Amino acid sequence: MAVLPPGVSQRTLDAALAEWRSAIGSEWVFTSDEDIYGYRDSYSILWGTDEERIPSAALAPASVEQVQQAVRIANKHKVPIYPVSTGRNLSYGGPSPNVRGTVVLDLKRMNRILKVDDTRNFCLVEPGVTYFDLYNYIQERGLKVMIDLPDPGWGSPVGNSLDHGVGYTWGPFRDHFVSHCAMEVVLPNGELLRTGMGGMSNADTWQDYKYGTGPSTDGLFGQGNFGVVTKMGFWMMPMPEAYLRGMVYAPKFADVIALVKTVNFLEDQGIIGMPNYGSPARTAALPFNKPADPDLLALMANGYPSVEQVDAYVAKKGVPAWSVQLQFYGPRKTVEANWEYAQAKMREAIPGATFDGVYRTDLPVPKERLDEVVLRHMGIPALEIFNIVSRNESHGENPPDGHNNCVAIVPRTGESLMTFSKAVIEGMRAVGDMRPWSPFTTPATWHPRTFLCGPSVFTQRNDPESNARNKRLYESLVDTYAKYGWVDYRCTHAFQDRVVSKYDFNNHALMRFHELLKDAVDPNGIISPGRYGIYPRSMRRTRA
Amino acid sequence: MKTLIGLAGLGATLLAASAFAAPNPGQPPAGASPQAIQEHGNRAFQYYCAPCHGPGKGNNRPYLPGTDALNVKYKGERPALLEERTDLTADFVRFMVRNGIEGMPSFRKVELSDANLDAIGAYLARNNK
Repeated sequence: MAVLPPGVSQRTLDAALAEWRSAIGSEWVFTSDEDIYGYRDSYSILWGTDEERIPSAALAPASVEQVQQAVRIANKHKVPIYPVSTGRNLSYGGPSPNVRGTVVLDLKRMNRILKVDDTRNFCLVEPGVTYFDLYNYIQERGLKVMIDLPDPGWGSPVGNSLDHGVGYTWGPFRDHFVSHCAMEVVLPNGELLRTGMGGMSNADTWQDYKYGTGPSTDGLFGQGNFGVVTKMGFWMMPMPEAYLRGMVYAPKFADVIALVKTVNFLEDQGIIGMPNYGSPARTAALPFNKPADPDLLALMANGYPSVEQVDAYVAKKGVPAWSVQLQFYGPRKTVEANWEYAQAKMREAIPGATFDGVYRTDLPVPKERLDEVVLRHMGIPALEIFNIVSRNESHGENPPDGHNNCVAIVPRTGESLMTFSKAVIEGMRAVGDMRPWSPFTTPATWHPRTFLCGPSVFTQRNDPESNARNKRLYESLVDTYAKYGWVDYRCTHAFQDRVVSKYDFNNHALMRFHELLKDAVDPNGIISPGRYGIYPRSMRRTRA
Repeated sequence: MKTLIGLAGLGATLLAASAFAAPNPGQPPAGASPQAIQEHGNRAFQYYCAPCHGPGKGNNRPYLPGTDALNVKYKGERPALLEERTDLTADFVRFMVRNGIEGMPSFRKVELSDANLDAIGAYLARNNK
């Protein structure tokens, strides 16, 4: 399955490959079909099509110096490269590049944990470090810090942060790009840059103060293609003394407005960690992989239902419309007091609010209690999330192979949630998808200041028709979101052009600025062409 | 054909498992005995595979995803835990790891070396006599 980067001849690629072999060792330059297979995105919705983003080759340097050499060679031959950290950004492209034929720069071998400081509470790591590795390092040394991590523990703190990945604990740490502090970057010309206080050779505050003095350039390297990040620092939470969680239930559909307002009030002053919204009414209406409740079908049969109609449905089902799990981290006495305070605020805001499900543990969680907690809420890496796409009792005999999240940035209000389901239904119906949906949108709260809402479409490597259908659905959802002012916070390669095209203010001034920077910083367009819609000048005419 | 799931709120319902990543085993020593390779393979299995294919249990889910998948697939005809299987060969393990299956993605050499994969294969095939 030989592919070439756009505009690059086999002869040019071969010349670059020869130099890369000399620079980093021939055993770390991969071109065989067998080896390239591992750089295909197992969750690609384009799997097996001519559009699939298959690389022409892959390189695995072991040091910053080798990355610099690899980048200089790419620049000399004008062969594009695409850096990946651990290559496990599944649902968002995995180890595959944005543009077919681009050479993958695999940084997995750069796996040193350079520093974990539990006095100033930060770490400094290379891209190939996984959350599992970081966790083990901390445990082995008895360091008193908690990691905020995303779902799969084999991910990279560097890679996750650079794709604006998110986690599950305390607000300031859940946004992994916000919680980064320190970045080392190999620029497209091979020069080494350190941002913030790293710009001062003898500063000892690189992982403490992220701006330095003057403009902050770190943002260019998140979801960007202006360099290869070879080190990053992250702020960490000191290990709290105790954890408490409790459930809040709100009886009526419109209660979501007061519920969200109260949760925001609690979270934005640091009383709670990540809130986990749910909807018992939705669970009754649309049980996972089981037939929809006939009463729900009747409710949704004649246009989008009114609040009164939804509340009549909720009353008939005899379950609360909404729930939220509140989580508290801190001193034992404080988490108890904060839970009491949260209940009081909820009672004030929501007539008929009820509470249960209180659970308490000391932190770190004693080993004998680990089965009682959600590991990621405790900063403990795992792979349990793969239950979403693995064969199990819920999925039956035809499980999906993967999934692509179509998750939009939505204002953190109950009103938005009441509108969101309407938009999803519009997006589904626009492509003839008539499956049932409910009015109960529960948001993901990974990001502390916005809701991230939306479904996930499944992918199936042995079913191109299903993938094509789901691709149309995904695109329709993106288009529909945009009508409401919502847009995906990140997405897999297949949808990035469409998503960033929605940033239309002043004739797409933002993208035009990105392209201006791209041309200045990377005139040969060798770093990750097409990443989040930013193409080098030579490829713009082919942009979708 | 399933095409759509509600994502939001899922986090609250997916429950914990007790498996932890073991320390990174490094590479198998050159010239190691078959027994030493198997022992290294055990350590490599715990690091690379056990977070999905281990015996962890949770509140509602009795198995980790890989173990759960094999439990559903074999319905008791074969052990769901790879470490308890007596019919595995190193070649079969290598094929599955390099190609992936269903929700399990493929593993590339830079992430999981041939030497470690061979050791894992030797470990999982130890009871196939």
